[in-house]
Amino acid sequence: MNKGNSPSVETRRPDRAALIIAVVLAAIAGLIFWDVSRLTGLAGYSQVGPTTVPYAIACCLIVLAIWTAIEGLRGDFVEREPQQLGPVAWVVGGLVAQMLLLNTLGFSIATGILFALTARGFGKRQIWLTIPFGIAASFLVWAIFAKLLQLSLPAGPLERLLF
Amino acid sequence: MGTLDFLLQGLLVAAQPMNLLYALIGVTLGTAVGVLPGIGPALTVALLLPVTYQLDPGGSLIMFAGIYYGGMYGGSTTSILLNTPGESSSIVTALEGNKMARAGRGGPALATAAIGSFVAGLIATLGLAFIAPYIVKLALVFGPREYFALMVLAFVTVSSAFGDSTLRGLTSLFVGLTLACIGIDQLTGQARLSFGVPDLLDGIEVTTLAVAMFAIGETLYIAAQGDKGPDKVEAVRGSVWMSSMDWSRSWKAWLRGTVIGFPIGAMPAGGAEIGTFLSYATEKRLSKHPEEFGNGAIEGVAGPEAANNASAAGTLVPLLTLGLPTSATAAIMLAGFQQYGLQPGPLLFATNPQLVWGLIASLLIANFMLLVLNLPLVGLWVKLLTIPKPWLYAGILLFATLGTIGANPSVFELGMLLAFGLLGYVMRVFGYPIAPVVVGLILGPLAEQQLRRALSISQGDITVLFTSPIAAVLLVIATLAFVVPLILRARGRGEVLAQLAASED
Repeated sequence: MNKGNSPSVETRRPDRAALIIAVVLAAIAGLIFWDVSRLTGLAGYSQVGPTTVPYAIACCLIVLAIWTAIEGLRGDFVEREPQQLGPVAWVVGGLVAQMLLLNTLGFSIATGILFALTARGFGKRQIWLTIPFGIAASFLVWAIFAKLLQLSLPAGPLERLLF
Repeated sequence: MGTLDFLLQGLLVAAQPMNLLYALIGVTLGTAVGVLPGIGPALTVALLLPVTYQLDPGGSLIMFAGIYYGGMYGGSTTSILLNTPGESSSIVTALEGNKMARAGRGGPALATAAIGSFVAGLIATLGLAFIAPYIVKLALVFGPREYFALMVLAFVTVSSAFGDSTLRGLTSLFVGLTLACIGIDQLTGQARLSFGVPDLLDGIEVTTLAVAMFAIGETLYIAAQGDKGPDKVEAVRGSVWMSSMDWSRSWKAWLRGTVIGFPIGAMPAGGAEIGTFLSYATEKRLSKHPEEFGNGAIEGVAGPEAANNASAAGTLVPLLTLGLPTSATAAIMLAGFQQYGLQPGPLLFATNPQLVWGLIASLLIANFMLLVLNLPLVGLWVKLLTIPKPWLYAGILLFATLGTIGANPSVFELGMLLAFGLLGYVMRVFGYPIAPVVVGLILGPLAEQQLRRALSISQGDITVLFTSPIAAVLLVIATLAFVVPLILRARGRGEVLAQLAASED
């Protein structure tokens, strides 16, 4: 995790990633068909109802899935650069932490942790320094936007302590 | 009343102190985000939408338009001094501008970019003011089928006409259209694709999607590239004033860039990039110093910079007169109008002339502000380029999530933000364009509404879509815009189109 140098996608033909994308597109189309088939009637005298457009979109998605699969099998799907997943994991971890902590610890602390983990993903390793800095910055932002501009941002222990 | 009267009235609206303040905030923010790599005007407007719920609609829209214009100015500074275009529409500027900066002519390069942007912005905004009433008149004869055909054309040009792959452009578009179906159907009130989740009944928020795709997707993508060492910022050496030689070589390029950029922005062709490439090619062909191209020719900076500002103004023509966004920023500005219950289009000119003309007039004022911000104060903006990446991107994510939390502080909304952010990242890795998703989400419901209206009027007869002359012509153009690039790519001529790729701005 610390290095995260392993290339994430191998370029081989046929292209496995393209096939996965094709399957996902087909699955979305299937999901649309399944969901929209529950909506009945209501097409009315014009024969176009809430189901018409979703069906059309689903059909197009299936065509696109087949097209993607063909490009994948031929091996002429797009070339990719190697991706480092370590930093990505740090940033995603920050977003998850903020999402889970937001309503209990409040905007400043949760966003401060996001700030520090993002900085960690970009190479700032001193988390014991970046977390307090992030919390301070987020608190300042909270004060400006929640107090001055009356945006409703969740308050936590820190915000209640000072306001 | 004639256009001039309306414009003068608009100037009175725009000159109100609060509106001047909004314009100033807008152009300052716009220049800042234009300078910073990784964030553009589309994202900035998306971030500000939730913050401006409670503000006055006219003022907020003036601010958004200021951000759009400012982003076009600011992008040139990054291109010239860093060789990393801040905006996709400044890629061409980097070609010659950075060479000039390396040769110690960074000052004149910045000057010709700023003055060219000013000239183009001024002419194109006046063009907008004088053309808009005519298009409004034309649009009044548009019925549902004509609007539907127009939107189909916009879908095709935004997704598949430019860029390096028809397949990936269309896939992005249909991902956006699928997302647009989520929620309660506007005409019958039935819930579609919401799977019983109450949070989905209102549909996907445009701001959430745009912020996730642009801010989080981009941050993840940059993070995944790893540390490639610090970028080298060229110091501004030499005077920012241009010599008389520079002036005489620049002014024609500015005017030509304006003439090329404005119509391209106004057509539903998406993005300011196309105009900049065409302008560059024109200047290269017409130049008396072709040998300088590639080594820092001032025309190569002047023309494309004028073109990208002119097309930003051009983009506002279909947005204001038809309600048709042709770029990601315009799409999000449309969401901004809708947030206040306003629908841009011919009716807005009749029902709310103060707002429309105030907006147009404020763009003229914004142009003067931008000239002042970008010429004497350019050193200040250059400092922004020295912010280290960890702080820059941590800050971007702070503000990105702030907007979403401000609109709806729920775990579900943040979860969607993360999910779409990951989607945006994966799409970047595989070379899928981002703008068609956003345009699909915003334009999808409007296109569906027009289609169903047209078919209701005709009692389900599909041929009605092709029998109106205007609609038929628009659909033929759309088909050509779809088929011709396919053939070009199949014959291996795709690289020209790839260069014209419309991306986020």
